[in-house]
Amino acid sequence: MTARDLVQLTIFGLVLRPFLALFIGLRVRGREHLPVIGPFIMVANHSSHLDTISLLGLFPLRQLPWLRPVAAADYFERNAFFSFFSKTVFNILPITRKKITTDTNPLPRMQAALHAGQSLILFPEGTRGSGEDLGRFHTGAAHLVEKCPEVPVIPVYLVNMGRSLPKGEWIPVPFFCEVRIGAPQKYQGNCREITAAIEATVRNLRDS
Amino acid sequence: MGLIVLAVLVFSSVLAAWMKFLRPRGNFSELISRIKAWWIMAAVFFGAIAVSNRISLVFFGFLSFWALKEYITLLKTRPADHRALVWAFLAVPVQYYWVSIHWYGMFIIFIPVYMFLFLPVRLVLARETAGFVASASQLQWGLMAFVFGLSHLAMLLTMPAINNSNGRTLLLFLVFVVEMSDVLQFVWGKTLGRHKIMPTISPNKTWEGFLGGIITTSLAALLLRFLTPFTPLETVGVALLLTVAGFFGGAVMSAVKRDFGVKDFGGLIPGHGGMLDRVDSLCYAAPVFFHYLRYFHY
Repeated sequence: MTARDLVQLTIFGLVLRPFLALFIGLRVRGREHLPVIGPFIMVANHSSHLDTISLLGLFPLRQLPWLRPVAAADYFERNAFFSFFSKTVFNILPITRKKITTDTNPLPRMQAALHAGQSLILFPEGTRGSGEDLGRFHTGAAHLVEKCPEVPVIPVYLVNMGRSLPKGEWIPVPFFCEVRIGAPQKYQGNCREITAAIEATVRNLRDS
Repeated sequence: MGLIVLAVLVFSSVLAAWMKFLRPRGNFSELISRIKAWWIMAAVFFGAIAVSNRISLVFFGFLSFWALKEYITLLKTRPADHRALVWAFLAVPVQYYWVSIHWYGMFIIFIPVYMFLFLPVRLVLARETAGFVASASQLQWGLMAFVFGLSHLAMLLTMPAINNSNGRTLLLFLVFVVEMSDVLQFVWGKTLGRHKIMPTISPNKTWEGFLGGIITTSLAALLLRFLTPFTPLETVGVALLLTVAGFFGGAVMSAVKRDFGVKDFGGLIPGHGGMLDRVDSLCYAAPVFFHYLRYFHY
C-alpha cells in the first residue's frame, strides 16, 4: 500500500463515505450486481462531480486502489492543485479528449489498466450533462469493449446527482441521490452497435 | 417513563407473536416489522434525550434536516433554485443554534421573518422569474413545517422546571402522547373503522379510529400526568388537543404526498416509510403543545 492509497482510504473512510451516508443519504439499488472482483468496466450517466464520489463510495475501501475513474485531462489537469487532488483522492486515469495523436490515444492506456487488473469507471456522455436527459454516448467505451470483450460491463444510472451538485456549483444541496446498478453485460458487434446497446442499457435503468 | 414505554413495546410484541400463533397463515409481516422499528426508534429517542441537552439538540437538528431533505427531494425544483436551497438547509443548524443559546425571541422569528424575507431575495438574484412564486412558497412552507415546527421539540428542553416537571419530562409526555395517539387511531381504525373521514386524502383515517384514539389517548395521557403540571381534567383537554393537532398534521402530510404522487416520503424506517411519515403529526402537535404551555403555565 502506497502513501497515496493511504490518503485515499482515509479521505473516503472518514470524510466522503460519511458525507454520502449522512448528508446525501445515498440509496443503492441492485447492490447485488456489484462485482466483488475486477477487472470490469463501469459505465454511467454523468451530471455531477458527485457521480465519481458515489460510485467509488460503493466499494469496500480496500478495493479503492484498483478503481480508476477515467477523466478528462484538459479539465482535471488544468492546474497543479486540481491534478494532484484528483489523482490522490480519486486515482483518476487522465485521458485526452481533443486532438488525439498516437501518443495520447486513450485506448491503449485504458487497456493497459485493465490488463494490470484495474477496473475502469467511464462516463460515455463525455461531459457532465444537465441531469434531466441522457446525452448522446460517445464511442470510447465501445472501442474498449471491442478490444477487451471478456471484461464485463456494469451499467449504472445515477439519480439526482445533477440536482445536488450541478455543473458550475460548489456547494451540494442534500437531495436524496440514488445509484441504480444493472446486471453485468457483455456486448458483441461493431463499435456503433455496442455504443447503442450500452446507451440503451443505461436508459433502461433510468426508466426502471 | 422508560418502564411504561418498555411495557407497551413488550405488550405489543407479545400480542403480535400471539396473533401469529393463533393465525399462522395470516400476514403479520408488516405489523411485526413496524413493531421492530418502534423498538429501535424508542431506543434511539431515549438515547438521544437521556445523555445531555447538547446531544438531544443534535438529534432534533438531524430530524429536521432529514425531514426537510425528504420533502425537498420530492419538490420540482428549478436549476435557478440551487443557492436558495443551500441557504434553506443552512437555516437548520442556525435555528437549532438559537435553541442552544436559549434565545427564544430569535428562535420564534428567524424562519417566519428573516428566512421568509431572505429566500425570495436569493431567488431574485438568480434572475429566473418563471416559477418564482412556486419556488419561494414551497421552500418557505418546508422550512416552517420541518425546521420551525419540529424545532419546538428541542425548544421544550430549554423550558424551566414547574413543580415536578421540566422541559425533558414535558418533551417525553408530548412525544409519547402524540405517537400513542397515532398508533391508537391506526389500531382502532383497523379493527372498528367503517366511516372514512377524508377518503380522497387518507383512506386509513376513520371516525371510529379518530374517536377511539381520542378516548384511549386521554387514558394514556392520564397515566403520564406525573410528567406534567396539568390537572386531570386539563390532561384530558391537552390529550384532545394533541390528538386533533396530530390528526391534522398527518392529514396535511398525506395531502402533500398525494400531490407529489408518492405513497411514502422515503424508506428510512422499515414498515413506516420515511422520517416524515413518522414525524408528520409532531410537526403540528409540537408547536401547538409548546405554545399552550407557554401561554398557560409560564
